[in-house]
Amino acid sequence: MTTKLFTRLWLLALAMITSTVGFAQDKPEMADLMRSNGKIYVVVAVCLTILIGLFLYVMLVDRKMSKIEKDN
Amino acid sequence: MHKSWWKILSFVLLVYTIIAGFLLDVPRLFILNETIRNLYFHVCMWFGMMILFGTSFYYSIKYLRGFDYRNDIFARNFASVGSLFGILGYATGMIWVSVTWVTDQGQSLGSVLKEPKLIGAAIALLIYGAYFVLRGSFTDIDKRARISAVYNIFAFAMLFPSIWIIPRLVGSLHPGAPGSDSGNPALDRNDMDSTMRMVFYPAVIGWTLLGVWIATLKIRLELFRDKKLIHDN
Repeated sequence: MTTKLFTRLWLLALAMITSTVGFAQDKPEMADLMRSNGKIYVVVAVCLTILIGLFLYVMLVDRKMSKIEKDN
Repeated sequence: MHKSWWKILSFVLLVYTIIAGFLLDVPRLFILNETIRNLYFHVCMWFGMMILFGTSFYYSIKYLRGFDYRNDIFARNFASVGSLFGILGYATGMIWVSVTWVTDQGQSLGSVLKEPKLIGAAIALLIYGAYFVLRGSFTDIDKRARISAVYNIFAFAMLFPSIWIIPRLVGSLHPGAPGSDSGNPALDRNDMDSTMRMVFYPAVIGWTLLGVWIATLKIRLELFRDKKLIHDN
């Protein structure tokens, strides 16, 4: 009876130890979920919009500058 | 608009940076996790800054060789966009630090403030800040151009000890500093793989070209204004 209990306890302890070891060896957490459900494309779209907006603005300033340079 | 191939190249490279930078695989590392992608933005700001300051340095020397006022305008505006990149690099670094050093490594605010890389970068930026203060304190255009050109050469010479050499000599939390395997205080080459390099180098070129574009706009404005000034007299 006692041996059975001991074996059970040992198994439980072993399971706990292995599980913690398992956690310690876990791979670095990456945003895999974002990639798998495609939400990363939302981030890319937002950043691209900002970038394109910025470039459009710089382009317009450049064009305006050229116009002023040409007029004078 | 002055149509130039490099303006289009800048746009293409930055679009590529954002698409490839977010979608391609990066090495899976502890602490850094996905933030390693900041390499395409934060580090590029510093590389761009160094290239822009280098260009400014080149025009300062060119000014001193012939005293052509145009070169002074070039030097000033490249330095100003370089400073902007430096400030952006500092600001992005602050956000990155608050997660990877403070939260994940449990570094105290004290050890972050003592960080030689941060102090060095701050010194470098302040030296360039003094360049603009110096420029502003002259009323005579020629004197301003000459003295600030000489100062700009000094400032560029100080840039390298403060951001490259001193953080290399003392321990630093910054990736790549002594104590973290590789002796390069800018970035840990061991953390980068070939896929990251494929995005990183184009990103540096793209951001730098954007900086050059903004600088040329400022230069054209100033050249135009000064031309007008001469015409009015």
